[in-house]
Amino acid sequence: MDRKTTPVYRNYCDLAGIKTADFHGWELPLHFSQGISAEHTAVRTAAGLFDVSHMGEIFIEGEQAEWYLDQLITGSVLSMKSGEVKYTFLCYPDGNVADDIIVYKCSDTRFLLVVNAGNREKDYSWITRDNPVAQSQSSLPVIKDQSDAWAQLALQGPKSEQLLTELIPEVRDIGYFTFRDDLFYDEIPLLVSRTGYTGEDGFEIYLNAEDGGTFWDLLVQAGAQPCGLGARDTLRLEAKFPLYGHEISESITPLEANLSVFTDLEKSYFIGKEALARQKEQGIPRTLRGIEMIEPGVPREGCRVFSGENQLGTVTSGTKSPTLNKFIALVLIERGSGLKIGDELEIEIHRKRKRARLVKTPFYKKTGRS
Amino acid sequence: MSEIRDDLRYTENHEWVSLKDGTVRVGITDYAQDSLGEIVYVELPEIEDEFSQGEEAASIESVKAAAPVYAVMSGRITKVNRKLEDSPELVNEAPYSAYIYEMEIRDPDEFEHLMDSEAYSDYLESID
Repeated sequence: MDRKTTPVYRNYCDLAGIKTADFHGWELPLHFSQGISAEHTAVRTAAGLFDVSHMGEIFIEGEQAEWYLDQLITGSVLSMKSGEVKYTFLCYPDGNVADDIIVYKCSDTRFLLVVNAGNREKDYSWITRDNPVAQSQSSLPVIKDQSDAWAQLALQGPKSEQLLTELIPEVRDIGYFTFRDDLFYDEIPLLVSRTGYTGEDGFEIYLNAEDGGTFWDLLVQAGAQPCGLGARDTLRLEAKFPLYGHEISESITPLEANLSVFTDLEKSYFIGKEALARQKEQGIPRTLRGIEMIEPGVPREGCRVFSGENQLGTVTSGTKSPTLNKFIALVLIERGSGLKIGDELEIEIHRKRKRARLVKTPFYKKTGRS
Repeated sequence: MSEIRDDLRYTENHEWVSLKDGTVRVGITDYAQDSLGEIVYVELPEIEDEFSQGEEAASIESVKAAAPVYAVMSGRITKVNRKLEDSPELVNEAPYSAYIYEMEIRDPDEFEHLMDSEAYSDYLESID
């Protein structure tokens, strides 16, 4: 009952038509007055604004920070320059995923890790104590969970740059997956990255918790459409971005989720590397594919996927795609089934098997400049 | 405030029910459609399907969730609202005309046990 609220919550909680929902103990907007589809469309065609202050921010600092972080994540820290952002995984020794995170390299001795809200405590314990590298070291870098001190806003959509540039001219020059942590609006200090979770151009903006509401109001006044978790989910699904606990989890490896591009097996070491290298050599058992329904119905997480009488796997996420106006889903199925794009399979929805076909992913890819 | 119509009966699962000549017409209430949000698909029963009271007869799917629609009484499906196959949003726009199914009922007494509008109004207040 006692849900946490973000520092931005009071700036929108009284808006007419808002629906909130529980998300890992947080009371967050599910949608605002116009509904999920309208918010989804605003992000695809203009600019939408999400309060994502529930995300966790953990800093790793000191001389050992770079080396230590490199041991923990599947991507290479050593190849990062200051001002770069990297999407990567914290894996367990068995190769399954503890969390998907983004790493900001502020300097050679200071890194920001942005982690999923539902994994924040688990990640902090993992990074500071529970992982095998920490347990073998006599001293660790300084690790600070700053989540409560920060607000985070995501401004997403093709008009994001124009809109944010009017407030902060410097953001125009921020390239994809890079950031600036020396920006100000009036007296408000900001960290701004060109990143997001929607498949559109856009920015993620980090501020002191007490400034979050002010900047939310400014962006809404400038024309950004407030958006909730509902649109965030349909947008990320169309773009085939994984959601922790669905496409990746403590029982799914990044290789199974076809995310090997974020898993650098050339690195000399990271936690889980040995298991993942073995999985790659012995054969990755599952693959994450996209389907669309031929017969109508909403494929939901857990729905079983069949080819003839063989159960190939299950749906990890599904929805009605507002952009495509089709029922779509990601499915985690046996690898090596021989199924090709366009081939039919069946999804069991409400005890009925319905026809679907394999389609190319991502379901949606933005056109124009990237 | 969600709309409640005086000439209908209601269930605790937020279905509305009207009765005419031994056949009931069933839909979901304004409160239900508002709680569900944008409805993207309605899984209709088949004509001639037989259900006992309380069995799942249909399913209403919004972007985020699926909600079962139960057989409010025991009987046989005689008609389904095919318009909802292509336009499920009608349930959001006009919940009291966008019925889901019609059913020939076996026991008219079951209808008398449903809530009237006043009881449903009190029920909504008790859960909000």
